[in-house]
Amino acid sequence: MAKLGMSKGKLITLGVVVVLVLLAIFFVQDWHQLWVISSAPDNVPIVAMLFLVPFFTWLGIRQSRANDRLIDQLEEDPKLAKAHHRKAEPWRPGWAREIHVWPYLVRIEFLATVIVTVILFVWSITLNAPLEEPANPNLTMNPSKAPWYFLGLQEMLVYFDPWIAGVVMPSIIMVGLMVFPYVDANPLGNGYYTLKQRRFAIGMFSWGFLMWILLIVIGTFIRGPGWIWFWPGQTWDHNAVVFDKNVDLHDWIATSRIGKTLHLGFLSANPWKFIFGLIVVSGFYILGALFFHWLMTVDWKRLSLRPLRLFPQDEFEKKLLARTSLLQYVTFQFFAVSVLLAMPVKLALRLALTIKYVWVTPWFNI
Amino acid sequence: MDEKPDKKETAELTTTEKGSTSLVGKVKEGGTALKQRAIEEAKGYADVQDTQLWKSIFRVSHDRSDPRNRSLAILSNVFLHLHPAKINRDAVRYPFTWGMGGITFYLFIVLTFTGVLLMFYYHPTKADAFRDILYLEHDVPFGKLLRNMHRWAAHLMVITTWLHMFRVVLTGSYKRPREFNWCVGVVLLVLTLLLSFTGYLLPDDQLGFWAVTVGTNMARATPMLGSEGPFGVQLGMTPFNDVRFGLLGGSIVDSNALLRSYIWHCIGIPLVASIFMAVHFWRIRKDGGISGPAPVMLESEMKAVKKK
Repeated sequence: MAKLGMSKGKLITLGVVVVLVLLAIFFVQDWHQLWVISSAPDNVPIVAMLFLVPFFTWLGIRQSRANDRLIDQLEEDPKLAKAHHRKAEPWRPGWAREIHVWPYLVRIEFLATVIVTVILFVWSITLNAPLEEPANPNLTMNPSKAPWYFLGLQEMLVYFDPWIAGVVMPSIIMVGLMVFPYVDANPLGNGYYTLKQRRFAIGMFSWGFLMWILLIVIGTFIRGPGWIWFWPGQTWDHNAVVFDKNVDLHDWIATSRIGKTLHLGFLSANPWKFIFGLIVVSGFYILGALFFHWLMTVDWKRLSLRPLRLFPQDEFEKKLLARTSLLQYVTFQFFAVSVLLAMPVKLALRLALTIKYVWVTPWFNI
Repeated sequence: MDEKPDKKETAELTTTEKGSTSLVGKVKEGGTALKQRAIEEAKGYADVQDTQLWKSIFRVSHDRSDPRNRSLAILSNVFLHLHPAKINRDAVRYPFTWGMGGITFYLFIVLTFTGVLLMFYYHPTKADAFRDILYLEHDVPFGKLLRNMHRWAAHLMVITTWLHMFRVVLTGSYKRPREFNWCVGVVLLVLTLLLSFTGYLLPDDQLGFWAVTVGTNMARATPMLGSEGPFGVQLGMTPFNDVRFGLLGGSIVDSNALLRSYIWHCIGIPLVASIFMAVHFWRIRKDGGISGPAPVMLESEMKAVKKK
């Protein structure tokens, strides 16, 4: 079974790689441009991350799978659960449960420092830190990019006003991260890899983490001069101009065919504009919360479209929800809807429907 | 050092005892005795660990066969004392921790070391900054290597910090009683990013200048504290008194901004980060060491919620 599962996984990986290679061969027009971007010294860390993140994700998932199998086994057999040492790592009677830090840990740490030092030396000898021309306030760099780890923020500037993208969002993300352990009421999975027992918590964090990396990848590989969207392999055209016909949501609706037939033109003027935005944003929070609630409790195995069963509830997740206090629940929902959902929704609205703001007020626009 | 007068005394003693007559004979005899003594003393130094010097540095004798000494080797060492004497046997397996937290700390040390060396060659002034980088790259022995290493270690540190965080989430290590240490970790992540960002301006080239311009322009839009943010104008914010002005020490990225980012980069943030790091490492121990690999808990063993 295990072998079959592994070969399946390998097959999928292979398939993804083949598709990517084929896509690259058919759609990359300008290999040189692609090389220029990915070989820029400051971009090398992101290229490294494209390999490191999947590798460590795989390493984590592999150990989670091993533990999940063990958990299944122990849940089925209470006798074994009492006798077993409860780890996927090997164990033999007579083995000490603890070992001396000197030398068993210290030697590993020493080895790690040596390896890191060697990597740094090789990296520093083979690749030079970038140095552009002297700072010149009269000559704007185009594109003018922040260091790669801030490109997520810079990319957010496309979708939100600077006070949200640059100040509010980072603060919410920081506080949201800090709040994370306090809203997770699940007592299981403390100190070992598992997916089965913590699928929602891990899912939420990975969603945020991957979204962040996706924004960085967009900011690095896709945004060109004028912060215009160039697909990877497309030549950066410094004279390219994009005529953005971005409209606000209320105008978009008011001027649409349906809007005209229903005489919704009044939405374009205050105070209706304001009230409309308020309703949209409140509605977004309510629907978003419902969506996360569904995600929290849904039983994926019983979920199906054919005999319409959209809300089957998972017994274990229901138990966890019962342990969650109201404060924990509301706090989580606030951060989840404000960051995890608002970000991709705004991105989709902007990129697919060219919508700029959903709520326009005299004081701020969202 | 204190051996010398001792030797002289014994040499004198032997000569007077024998009562040699000629001066040459006296010197010869003294010489042989001294040689004999030196050989015997040197034999005593054969075991380095048995010398006064060694014992004064290493407070515990390092006897590998004695478990107590192995523990003391950790506990009585200032650099290692943050470690426990013993750990979970599975915790040293690489796939569990990925070693990312430790590597992050090591990179911080590398950055401090290379950073201090770079400071010898760098003036945070508009006139000198860029030229100092050129000087470093072309004239200072190993200057280019030094700068490269500082930059790449910084990039690597951002990556390892993220991966460390990812591992902590996957293993549920932020759970009780480690919630607070997770928060300290989040602060350290932010400080790491700020350290990188403040360092970006220091070469005073186009790259850093425009990155910092873009970055600090966002501060203009801070609600209430920025001149272009919501409610900023109503609270009397102008480009000359808002939060961006405070960050840059002016309304444009210029010499004051260079000095400010230099001081934040070299002194301010490293100091704050060191304090948070101390707390971070201290709390690891106080919260019971690293979290696992812990024995798995079962759903059927979940206890009922405690009512307060």
